[in-house]
Amino acid sequence: MKFTLSWLKDHLDTDASVDEIAETLTDLGLEVEEISNPGDRLKDFTLGYVKHAEKHPDADKLRICQVETDEGDLQIICGAPNAREGITVVVCKPGMYIPGLDITIGVGQIRGVESFGMMASERELELSDEHDGIIELASGAVGDRFVDWLEAHQPAKVDPVIEIAITPNRPDALGIHGIARDLAARGLGTLKTPEFAPVAGTFESPIKVTIDADTLDGCPLFTGRLIRGVKNGPSPQWLQDRLTAIGLRPISVLVDITNFFTYDQNRPLHVFDAAKVTGDLRVHRAAGGEVMKALDEKDYTFAGGQMVISDDTGIESIAGIMGGEASGCTDDTVDVFLESAFWDHVQIALTGRALKINSDARYRFERGVDPEFTIEGLHRATQMILDLCGGEASEVIIAGDVPDHARAYKLDAERVQSLVGMDIPESDQRQTLTRLGFRLEGNMAHVPSWRPDVQGEADLVEEVARIASLTKLQGKPLPRVTDGIPKAVMTPQQRRQQMARRTAASLGYNEVVSYTFIDQASAALFGGGEDAAMLANPISSEMSHMRPALLPGLLQAAARNQARGFMDLAFFEVGPAFHGVEPGEQHNLISGILVGNTGPKDVHGAARGVDTFDAKADIEAILAAIGAPAKVQILRGAQSWWHPGRHGKICLGPKKVLGIFGELHPKVINAMGVKGPVVGFTIWPDEVPLPRKSGATRAALGQRDLQAVERDFAFVVDAEVEALTLVNAASGADKALITEVRIFDEFIGGSLGEGKKSLAFTVRLQPSDKTLKEKDIEAVSAKIIAKVTKATGGTLRG
Amino acid sequence: MDDLKAKYLSDIANAGDENALEAIRLSAVGKKGEVSLKMRELGKMTPEERQVAGPALNALKDEINSALAAKKAGLADAALDERLRTEWLDVTLPTRPSRQGSLHPISQASEELTAIFAELGFSVAEGARIETDWYNFDALNIPGHHPARAEMDTFYMHRAAGDERPPHVLRTHTSPVQIQSMEKMGAPLRVICPGGVYRADYDQTHTPMFHQVEGLALDKDISMANLKWVLEEFVKSFFEVDDVELRFRASHFPFTEPSAEVDIRCSWDNGQLKIGEGDDWMEILGSGMVHPKVIAAGGIDPDIYQGFAFGIGIDRLAMLKYGIPDLRAFFDSDLRWLRHYGFQCLDVPTLHGGLSR
Repeated sequence: MKFTLSWLKDHLDTDASVDEIAETLTDLGLEVEEISNPGDRLKDFTLGYVKHAEKHPDADKLRICQVETDEGDLQIICGAPNAREGITVVVCKPGMYIPGLDITIGVGQIRGVESFGMMASERELELSDEHDGIIELASGAVGDRFVDWLEAHQPAKVDPVIEIAITPNRPDALGIHGIARDLAARGLGTLKTPEFAPVAGTFESPIKVTIDADTLDGCPLFTGRLIRGVKNGPSPQWLQDRLTAIGLRPISVLVDITNFFTYDQNRPLHVFDAAKVTGDLRVHRAAGGEVMKALDEKDYTFAGGQMVISDDTGIESIAGIMGGEASGCTDDTVDVFLESAFWDHVQIALTGRALKINSDARYRFERGVDPEFTIEGLHRATQMILDLCGGEASEVIIAGDVPDHARAYKLDAERVQSLVGMDIPESDQRQTLTRLGFRLEGNMAHVPSWRPDVQGEADLVEEVARIASLTKLQGKPLPRVTDGIPKAVMTPQQRRQQMARRTAASLGYNEVVSYTFIDQASAALFGGGEDAAMLANPISSEMSHMRPALLPGLLQAAARNQARGFMDLAFFEVGPAFHGVEPGEQHNLISGILVGNTGPKDVHGAARGVDTFDAKADIEAILAAIGAPAKVQILRGAQSWWHPGRHGKICLGPKKVLGIFGELHPKVINAMGVKGPVVGFTIWPDEVPLPRKSGATRAALGQRDLQAVERDFAFVVDAEVEALTLVNAASGADKALITEVRIFDEFIGGSLGEGKKSLAFTVRLQPSDKTLKEKDIEAVSAKIIAKVTKATGGTLRG
Repeated sequence: MDDLKAKYLSDIANAGDENALEAIRLSAVGKKGEVSLKMRELGKMTPEERQVAGPALNALKDEINSALAAKKAGLADAALDERLRTEWLDVTLPTRPSRQGSLHPISQASEELTAIFAELGFSVAEGARIETDWYNFDALNIPGHHPARAEMDTFYMHRAAGDERPPHVLRTHTSPVQIQSMEKMGAPLRVICPGGVYRADYDQTHTPMFHQVEGLALDKDISMANLKWVLEEFVKSFFEVDDVELRFRASHFPFTEPSAEVDIRCSWDNGQLKIGEGDDWMEILGSGMVHPKVIAAGGIDPDIYQGFAFGIGIDRLAMLKYGIPDLRAFFDSDLRWLRHYGFQCLDVPTLHGGLSR
């Protein structure tokens, strides 16, 4: 919402400066977004008087002028045809910035003669495009500020323009009168109401108006009248200046008058060219399928139920939103039918949204205009049409009634203290509400017709606090929930995410946060990308589908970084992925990827390509950090985006998957544009069981003083036999005695023959009551050999 | 005996290595060594002779043993010195490389504000990113026709043909979690709701996904003055400054009444932001007293309970605190950016140790 200072002063008697007004508006909740003050860039220019002018000796078109200024006489060379003795001019002294030229003028030599500054044209001061000569003023004394002269003689040229943001609850502030009311309530001036007298009609309007019974809820009141014999054409300069200043294009005086009231009083109006209206007007609901070309020259097709205004030939206006082109006013309009109606805000909002029309009328009606002002607006506009266009007004046509908006809420003076925490005397509260237009009867505050947003007692508190200024609010400590030390507040799941993040970072991974929507193709590679997971209105095809996993985002990050020349990468992310599109069909994941080498090539030869066991080490470390049990199964058969032979599912039972690690499928990597191989992992943190125990107590430490014994074994097994099978078998040989089984060697092929491998492991035996003797060790060794042989079908290597 | 002593001590002193020293030991105090043999002869002596020769021989033996031990240690030191002389490393060579991991600023800032609000008794609630329009709008006093809906740049989920329900939305704020927290926990209530939110907007200062934390406090006597104090304390603690000045400006949000936008006093100097000083005001958050309709939508009696709510951008807080210029870079995963603006794994923010280094 834009307005000029002078326009505001039509409604507010105030001496406040622009800055004071702007600060107050922002504080009142009418946030100032921009102030443009054309006077600011002119404030240094002063008036001068050309005492003497003579032709430049070396140039026919230049004159040497002696100009009297507030700093003494200056010699200025000027090429303007009107530069001559005896005129009052605007002087730009050396060192001053000329906005229209974007230079700072200095002392110069023009064809051998010195010149001290210049005399300005309107274009050079950005006042107009006029550049045929320098500014010549009919009044003013040497040394006067040019801005002061403009303010006195051409105020529109230095009228500051203020733009404010209007929150949806304040339709009243979409009229300059409403803005003035807020400022007056704060005490920044006195509200002025421009004089008003109803305009009596002299004849009966030939155009009548009816509202269909089923449309009265959307259009409770329609008023209008014919004004005949008007002369349309360009508006007077003052009206054009006002509209131009706030960014509206002057069209014709009839249209400009409707725009004037739209901004002046938040009262949208419409003018039909009566010559183009056949028969009477009818406000009704569209049947559906009708088409009308609107004033924006676009065709709109109506859905059944949308409100329109028709004459005998068809639809002439999208009710409360935009008129039709066919019945619009032109410079040739002689008889005009002026409409001032009240439309229901919900229906206007829905129709406007459905038809995708953004007009000033829709914007205002969907926020709510003042129903009581409907007829007054009609009269005021009539008067202005008669004043500016001549003509003769008919009697007023009224269909329907002003809708009932009467309501009152109890003003509880204590409530301001209890809800806001400000101490404001009741008399001040009552004064504020009265100034805002509330009518107080005892402690009941009757809401003014222009404040549809006030719907309860809390709104009264808001008004009082807002006008009193929330800047005066003093903070007051929030009492503690308990008197003691605060308890921990994070859930185990939240703690896990935190632990996972910090563990992954400690393992050398860089955390990324990526968009939770990705392109369809990438989503499809990871089991997603179906239509249900699609956004109805994505901002690009790169962000169209909810991600089914974190890995695609990590791979995209890897591809981007590879393109920048970074080849050794370790990324992780903690966040939600989506297995459905209903609320709650999301699950938290922790994923990481490793690409390239473990590090740059180095003098110690430590760097090597990342492999599956790097991913395994990291997933084990993170699982341990978030409290996963150490004893797990490692199964195969993960989804298609993993390398079929190089991955493992870390499980508690076949259906309880805590995580997956491994190499990603080369085809997937390739499709994602990443130079592989890539290894990585995914953890489902919420699948990790919560610890059963409560409290922090640990089990007692069973420290044994007796010496532990280690024995090594090696078995030849089929190449497909997994080490974990062997370890589990060996561990099961004597659960009390065996504390650890550790694989330390794998040897494949060679002398063992095709399809065979040798696995060597160390078993650690920890006696608890007596030192182990050789025969005890032999006994347990025999059991180990038997168990492993049975479990793996292998043979002990001699 | 003096001759013996002189001979062996001289031999020991001249021994060149451990082998020579061992040979001397054997020939002197070994089983068949000269001194040992002499000691055997003690038995054949008269008691008087023995009384003189015994201690003398023992003393000689001790002296030779000491000399041997000393020489041995000296030889070992010399050998070690000699070895160490060859063991020279160019210690200016780099070490084996190790990757430096990092945490994202959003994670760090989230932990920081969790630490602060936990101190004030706020717990942490989370919710779904895909929400029903009821939780995202209606329950928050934003009915279907409300202009605020159109202003929110909402992302809608696709609806299959024939599914006539209103489309779900990607939550435009974390406020739905407020309603769900009220439903779950009732009043009194103190909760913060951090998480990702979505608006269909993309330019220098907007990304289609960003992060927000909302706070909600309900009780019988909580006022806007309490809100101001909480925000002042929060800002002081988060930005680690001694004093801040907040300015409450009347505004409007459908879910709060009265509503206020909150500005913080700051200065910009060469692109560097300083909180708590200067002549500029910067808008940092929106807040207000929870609208009675919203309290009722959460299943709590608004005639008994009242309270405040506020919402702040986590990404924006991180940008301001850590001087990060561009929001879009948060989600670009550029390794250089992650390293430069990221945090180390042990940079755990605490109130007792300090939020940042």
